[in-house]
Order: sequence, then structure tokens, then C-alpha cells
Amino acid sequence: MKAALRARNHPAYWAFLVHRVSGILLVLYLPAHFWVLGLALHQAARLDAFLRWTDQPLARFGEWGLVLLLAAHLAGGLRLLALEFLPWRDWQKALAAAAAALALVVGLAFALAL
Amino acid sequence: MSARGEALLWTAQRASAAVLALCVAVHLATMIYAVHAGLGAAEILSRTRGNALWLGFYALFLLAVAVHAPLGLRAVLGEWLGWRGRSRDAALAAFALALAWLGARAILGVFL
Repeated sequence: MKAALRARNHPAYWAFLVHRVSGILLVLYLPAHFWVLGLALHQAARLDAFLRWTDQPLARFGEWGLVLLLAAHLAGGLRLLALEFLPWRDWQKALAAAAAALALVVGLAFALAL
Repeated sequence: MSARGEALLWTAQRASAAVLALCVAVHLATMIYAVHAGLGAAEILSRTRGNALWLGFYALFLLAVAVHAPLGLRAVLGEWLGWRGRSRDAALAAFALALAWLGARAILGVFL
């Protein structure tokens, strides 16, 4: 068990795990996201009430988390595309770091805009 | 699934990822701008209603998501839960259709 954990404790594994977990959480979020926006079709008042509800700090924190997840999944996906389609195989750690940096920058920009 | 089918799905996942890389970057930038400008139904709808460019962009975004999300989930279900075979693929095809339907409803909701 310890050896298995040690074998996985490197940047490429963490980058894989972040990409996968963020992907799963985004898949779970998508139907709810679409459903809420779909309210605009016939129930604009309910959409507005929901958007007002999201003004509270905890909902804002959740929004920030979702933006961070999306940015992390985007950055991790760019890393994968680069690994698979560009001759950058020696740059694994640099790519993982660049992916983390991109997610952080987007997360900070969104937090500042909130 | 046949090796050819798997190769096709692999390509679809990468092609949709490339489209999404662009769409998500635009979406993130729009969100950062939008929350800054105020996020009420009126503000959102004033930007989206009747905006054909916006409609085209989000239609492409939705199409790429409806391909990409179920294929991503397919790998997770196979590798982490050991669910493979036709039942998994049928369930994911239904999920892709449901996403496309819900997403189309959302896009039309804020466009019309």
C-alpha cells in the first residue's frame, strides 16, 4: 500500500487525478446548470429568484469552486493534448506546473471579480 | 466495442477537447466579466436575447460538451467501476442525449 502510494506520488499522477476528479464533478454539475438556465424559457421569475439566492457568500464560494474546477480541467486537458500531440514528453513536470498555474490565475481573476 | 470503434471514440474525445479548449477559455472570460457587471436574470438576458453570434457559439460549445462529457465518463466507469460493454455505452448514449436536450433548452431559454 505504502509502495503503491509512493509510486503514485509524482506530478503527472496528481495532474491525472485532478483532471479526472474535476471532470467527474463537472459532469455532475452540468445537468443542474442547464436546468437552471432552462428556467428562463418559461419561468423567468424563478431564474431571477435563484440568481438572487446565489448572491450569498456560501453560494459565491461554490461558484468560485466551480470556476476553479473548470479552469483546472481546461488546464489539465491542454496538458494532455500537448503530451499526446506535441513532442514534449520530457516536459511532464513543467506541463503539470503550467496547468496548475493557469487554473490558479483563472481562479484568482474570478475571485477578484466577485 | 471494436478496435476501430474505440479509435473513433478516442479521436472524438480529442477533437471535442480541442473545440472545448477554445470555448471554455471564452466562457471563463465571459463569466469573469459577467459577475463583475452583475449577475441577474435581466443582465444575462440583455446580453444573450436575439444575439445570433452568442447562439452559434453556445450551440458549438454544447455539441462539444455532449460528446466530451459522456466519453470522459466512459473512461471513468470502465477504469474505476469496471463497468464496460454495451450496457455502459447505451447508458452513456442516453446521457449524451439528455445533456444535449437540457443544454438546447437552456440555450433557447436565454436566446428567445
